[in-house]
Amino acid sequence: MKLLNHTLKYLSLTLLVVIGVWALLFYLRMIEEVEDSLDDGLGNTKMIVIQRMARDPSIADRSGFSEHSYLINRISEKSALNFRDQYQDTLMYTLNEKTLEPFRMLKTAFREKGEYYLLTVVASAVEQDDLLRNLLYSIVLLYLIILISIFAINNWLLKRIWSPFYVLLNRLKEFRLENQRQIELPATNVTEFQEVSAAVKTLVAHSINSYVNQKQFIENASHELQTPLAVSLSRLEMLSEEEGLTDKQSALIGQVISDLKRIGRLNSSLLLLTKIESKQFLEVKRIDVGEIIDKLVEDFRDFAELKNIKISVDKKHKIQLRINPELALVLFSNLTKNAIVHNKYGGSLHVEINSNMIRISNTGELTAMDEEKIFRRFQKGGSQSSGTGIGLAITRSITELYDFELKYNFDGLHHFYLIV
Amino acid sequence: MKILIIEDQPELRSAIKQALEMENYIVEQAGNFTEAIDKVTSFGYDCILLDLMLPGGSGLDILKELKNQERDDNVIILSAKDSISDKVSGLELGADDYLAKPFHMSELSARLKSVLRRKSFNGKQLLPLGELNLDMENRRVLFGDIDLQLNRKEFDIFSYLSLNSNRLVNKSALAEHVWGDFMDQADDFEFIYSQIKNLRKKMLPAEKSVQIHAVYGLGYKLTVK
Repeated sequence: MKLLNHTLKYLSLTLLVVIGVWALLFYLRMIEEVEDSLDDGLGNTKMIVIQRMARDPSIADRSGFSEHSYLINRISEKSALNFRDQYQDTLMYTLNEKTLEPFRMLKTAFREKGEYYLLTVVASAVEQDDLLRNLLYSIVLLYLIILISIFAINNWLLKRIWSPFYVLLNRLKEFRLENQRQIELPATNVTEFQEVSAAVKTLVAHSINSYVNQKQFIENASHELQTPLAVSLSRLEMLSEEEGLTDKQSALIGQVISDLKRIGRLNSSLLLLTKIESKQFLEVKRIDVGEIIDKLVEDFRDFAELKNIKISVDKKHKIQLRINPELALVLFSNLTKNAIVHNKYGGSLHVEINSNMIRISNTGELTAMDEEKIFRRFQKGGSQSSGTGIGLAITRSITELYDFELKYNFDGLHHFYLIV
Repeated sequence: MKILIIEDQPELRSAIKQALEMENYIVEQAGNFTEAIDKVTSFGYDCILLDLMLPGGSGLDILKELKNQERDDNVIILSAKDSISDKVSGLELGADDYLAKPFHMSELSARLKSVLRRKSFNGKQLLPLGELNLDMENRRVLFGDIDLQLNRKEFDIFSYLSLNSNRLVNKSALAEHVWGDFMDQADDFEFIYSQIKNLRKKMLPAEKSVQIHAVYGLGYKLTVK
C-alpha cells in the first residue's frame, strides 16, 4: 500500500473514534441545553399563570391542555405543602401529527386566597429521535468530507512534497554499476531526503570504487599469470626435446603442456572479458556479417569435417554491423565453435542471416539447455568439453556492449539468435 | 646470428635465451630501459626481441630511438598487453612483427627465422630442406622443378615445421599457427593428423632426405638429413 494511503488508513480510524466521541458529547450537551431552555420557559409560564390566577381565579376552571398549555387542579393542603417542583418528560397526543409527541412538563403547587392548587405546565420538546437522526447524518457527512479532503490534499500537496523522493527512487532503479556513473541527486530542502541522498551518494561512490578495483585486480592478476605460464610452457617444450624420452614420459609432458595451455586459455578469456567490460575495445568499424561467417566457416572446415558435420549458410540479407573487428571475430567464432563442439557426429550446422537477426542452429544433444545458466561464466553445457565455460559469457558481454540481443531456444535443434 | 632480448621478467628472459641458444643463436640480454638503450646504441643485432612494458620507459621509445638512428635492425615486439593500438604503433615505428605473450617457443622461432630471411634475402630465396625447397613468397614447395601442389593448410604446416626444422613442434603450437587462435580448444587434434597424413603422401618423393616424425603425445618434427 502506498505511504500516502497508509497514513490515511490510520487517520480515518482515529478520526472515526474522535468524531464519534465528539458527536456523542455534543449530542448530550445539546439535549441538556435544550432542556434547560425549555425548563426556563416552563418556569416563566408557571409564574405568569400564578400571577393571572391572583387576578382572575376563574382561569383554573378554564385550564386544560385542549385549550392552554397549563392545567390547574385543586389539591389538599397537606399534598401541596409537601410538593416539590417536578420537571419531567412526557408524551402527549398532538393533533397535527396525530401521534404521541415528547413534551416537557413542570408540576408545581401554589396557594391562592387560602386554596391550594397543582399547576401542570407543558411545553413541546424537541423530538429527540429526529434530532439524533439529523445529527448523525450531519456527522457522517462531515466525516466523509474530512476524509475526502485529506485524501485529496494528500495526493496533491504531499505528492509535490514527496517528489524528490520519487525522483531518487527512479534514479536508483535505473542505476547500473557497470556504467560507473554516479547518481544525480534531486534538489530538496527536506532534511530527511537530503540525508537519504547523501547516504546514497556515498554508497554509490563506494560501490563504483569497489567495482573498479575488483576489475583492476582481475586484470592485473591475469597479466601476472601470463609470464609464469609462458615460462613453464617454454621449459616444458625444451624438456620435450630431450633425447631418450620414453613414450610414457613424452605423453606425460604432452599432457602437462596441454593442461598449462588450458590455464593459459582460461586466463586469456578472463582477461578478454574484463577488457570488454571495462570498455577497452572502443574502435568500431563497419563489418559485413556475411564475410565474417564465410571466413569462419572456412577456418572451421577441418574441425567440422572431423565430426562429419555439414555446414550451410543462408544469407537472406546483407547485414553490416558497427562493431570492433576483434570483438566481432570473437563473437561469431564463439558461437560457431560452440555449434560444432556440441554437435553430434554426422550432424549439421546452419547459419541464417536475416535483415536484423543472425541465427545459428545445430544438431546435438536431445535436451534443451538452460537459457538462464549457459551465458554465465563457468557454466559448461554438454558432456565433453575442454572448453573453459567462458565462451558464451564472453559472447554475451560483447552483445551487451553493443545492445544486441542474444537468445537461445531448443526445438529439436539448438538455436542461438543474435538480434541486432 | 646475434639476438638481443629486451625483457624485464628474468625467468622469461632466461627461458628464451636458453631456447635460442639451443638453436645456435648468440644471445644478449637487457632487463630494463637504460640497459636496453645502452646495448642498442653500442651494438648492432640481427634481431631484437622487444618487450613493450619495461621499467624505466616504454619499448616503443626504444623503437623510436632506433628509427632516429636510422637503424635497420629487425625488431620483433613481444608483449603481454595484446593491445591493438600498441601493435599498430609498433609496426608503424618500424617493428617487423608482433607476438603476444604467452607464446610457443616454436612460434617465436618461426617468426624469428621469417624475419631474418625476409631482411637478409629479401624473401626471394628458397629455403632448402633436404631434396625439397620451400618458396615462402609464392607459397609452394618444390621437389627439384616439380611443385608438390600443397593446399593452404598443408603449406602452412610444412612451412611451420620447416622453420623449426629438426626441432619438436608441440601439437597445440602447430594448431594455433595453422588454424588460428580458436582451434587450440579442440579436445584432440585429429584434424591435424589427417592433414599431416596427406602432407606426408605428397612429400614421398623426397622421403629419403626429409621426413615428418610424430613424437608420441607431444607433436611433430620435420627432420632433414
